[in-house]
Amino acid sequence: MSNPEDTTVVDARRLLCPMPVIRVQNAVKKLSPGARVEAICTDPGALSDIPAWARINGHKIIQTISRNDEHIITLEVGEK
Amino acid sequence: MTKQYKAAALISGGLDSMLAARAMQEQGIYVEGLNFFTGFCVEGHTHAIRKKDQAKPKRNNALWVAEQLGIKLHFVDVVEEYKEVLFNPKHGYGANLNPCLDCKIFMVEKALEWIKENDFDFIITGEVIGQRPKSQRKETMPVIARESGAEGLLLRPLCGKNLPATVPEQEGWIEREGLFDFSGRTRKPQMALAKQYGFEEYAQPAGGCCFLTDAPYSVKLADLWKSRGEKEYELDDIMLLKVGRHLRPKPEFKVIISREEGEGKFLQGYKNQYVSLKTTSHAGPLALLDGKISPEDLELAARIVARYSQGRSADQVELEVREKDGTTQTLSVAPMAPHEIQPEWQL
Repeated sequence: MSNPEDTTVVDARRLLCPMPVIRVQNAVKKLSPGARVEAICTDPGALSDIPAWARINGHKIIQTISRNDEHIITLEVGEK
Repeated sequence: MTKQYKAAALISGGLDSMLAARAMQEQGIYVEGLNFFTGFCVEGHTHAIRKKDQAKPKRNNALWVAEQLGIKLHFVDVVEEYKEVLFNPKHGYGANLNPCLDCKIFMVEKALEWIKENDFDFIITGEVIGQRPKSQRKETMPVIARESGAEGLLLRPLCGKNLPATVPEQEGWIEREGLFDFSGRTRKPQMALAKQYGFEEYAQPAGGCCFLTDAPYSVKLADLWKSRGEKEYELDDIMLLKVGRHLRPKPEFKVIISREEGEGKFLQGYKNQYVSLKTTSHAGPLALLDGKISPEDLELAARIVARYSQGRSADQVELEVREKDGTTQTLSVAPMAPHEIQPEWQL
């Protein structure tokens, strides 16, 4: 389990899908298994797309929070 | 031990690429998907900005297809590189600003780079001879293979039997007998194959997967280029062309007016990049001003925006004008009468 300080934050606000997924994908590429990525999105499509992308690529969604038109999705990088 | 051959499939999210990938899986090929993001891709939730569309499923069809196939999907951001394809298409545009043949060549070329970097063996697409008037014709199939540099490493499983044998067939990586001979615009063979593979749900083609095939969108893009004196754009420009009502009352500037709450929220995200207008005395839209605005133009723009507010019949409507740096001023204007909005302003 990584520390919160190890979490990479991806600011994908205002971006329309699939751009939030692309930003997350690019962040994950640079990280090792177990590291975490927190994506902040405003496109509600990210709520289905980031988890779908994570599922098919072997990563795990840890938490999803929606507040004030923002969606914060945290994933843990899986084995690549 | 027999080598496991690997193919990269161009996955658009439609039925054809889904079937092409599955056909290769049936032959024991390991498949991963590639989806190229040009900035002009039509996505379900691009429309979901609008409140009226929010009940529609918010899913990315390419991801959904990959999940049905059980394959990995890699998005490839080609926004910058794609500009050259769009600005100078060697094979020209289609009915609108769609450079379909050049686009396909470009994507196969990028897929070729990808398979070399990732140690894959060949490329598959869901192309069918005669399916599309510009890019999927008998004459264009070899052009794509040749000009992309992929040559025999490009396999089209759905119409492969109608084409010369490719490297995967010649080398025995796959059986030519397991390919298909689909042709023409009919969708019946694809639907029958989908049934055979057990795919009960798939995206229905609805005018293509690219905004460049859309006539109103192409008009707005052509206007953008004309107003700037050159073929140029940033990602924000082409995103904004998908949203709101666009009016150009003068060559120097245009007004982008939200049509409902969802678009207003979306445009709000651009308030630090554009001068924005919002009615304050009456409920109304948020508008962005794109271009060079003189004080007289500002009043003209404010009158247009007031026309689309609840105060359209009032004598005066107040608006807040917000500069990019956050400073504001209030304007009070007479809303424009319907006949004053010139048809040629509407893009």
